[in-house]
Amino acid sequence: MTEPGSTRGSESPEGVLVAEITLDELDGADLLDRIGNESDGAVLVFEGRVRDHSSGRAVVRLHYDSYREMADDVLRDIASEALQESGASAIAVRHRVGSLAPPNVSLVVAVAAAHRRPAYEASSYVIEELKRRLPLWKREEYADGTSQWLGGQTPPVSQASPEPQTGQEGG
Amino acid sequence: MTDRFEVAVRLFGQHRELAGDSVISVELAAGGTVADLRRALAAYPGLEAALGGSAVALNRAYQSDESPVRAGDEVAVIPPVAGG
Repeated sequence: MTEPGSTRGSESPEGVLVAEITLDELDGADLLDRIGNESDGAVLVFEGRVRDHSSGRAVVRLHYDSYREMADDVLRDIASEALQESGASAIAVRHRVGSLAPPNVSLVVAVAAAHRRPAYEASSYVIEELKRRLPLWKREEYADGTSQWLGGQTPPVSQASPEPQTGQEGG
Repeated sequence: MTDRFEVAVRLFGQHRELAGDSVISVELAAGGTVADLRRALAAYPGLEAALGGSAVALNRAYQSDESPVRAGDEVAVIPPVAGG
């Protein structure tokens, strides 16, 4: 594991082409067009879409709430780690928030790599880590008019920064 | 009362609905920690039973219960996350 938080506050690290939370509609083809060059033998695009069912209930909408300022940082960290862990060469990731309906796209992860294995690894890393750490929540709205916030995972404490850093030396 | 200070705490998801607000104010003693913050939040109307499994972020980084909370910190309570 590389340290979460290692890129916080900096520009996007090399290879992370896009890492953002957005209210806009998503389409995997947009990121597919932007990723990969002649050294990349594998390009992979994952779309997460809103399902019309959940635990046997009919879902009509999914509302995403986020801690936007922090989520942008966390998503960039995750994307950067995915490259370092896998050896993939480039990555672009967007997560949509707001009110979505089936089959809207809520998440796009695009990865380019020299070979297929790092591409699959990087894509999988991003999804698994964002489910652990990205400060984002969803409320399912059902066909019967009821709704509920979904349970999730408790994020782990950031190992890279046990205390908030102010950038001061000594003091 | 110079030894106490107010912190603005950002709420999200279900917490926001339960508290009826997206930012609430909590009073901490000087030298207070995330654990003290959790105790203060547990006394907030609506949030009593809803804090289990939540994390606390200071200045946009998740923190342990021992971390100090300082005046001016950006404080947020993070319910269990559910992206994807």
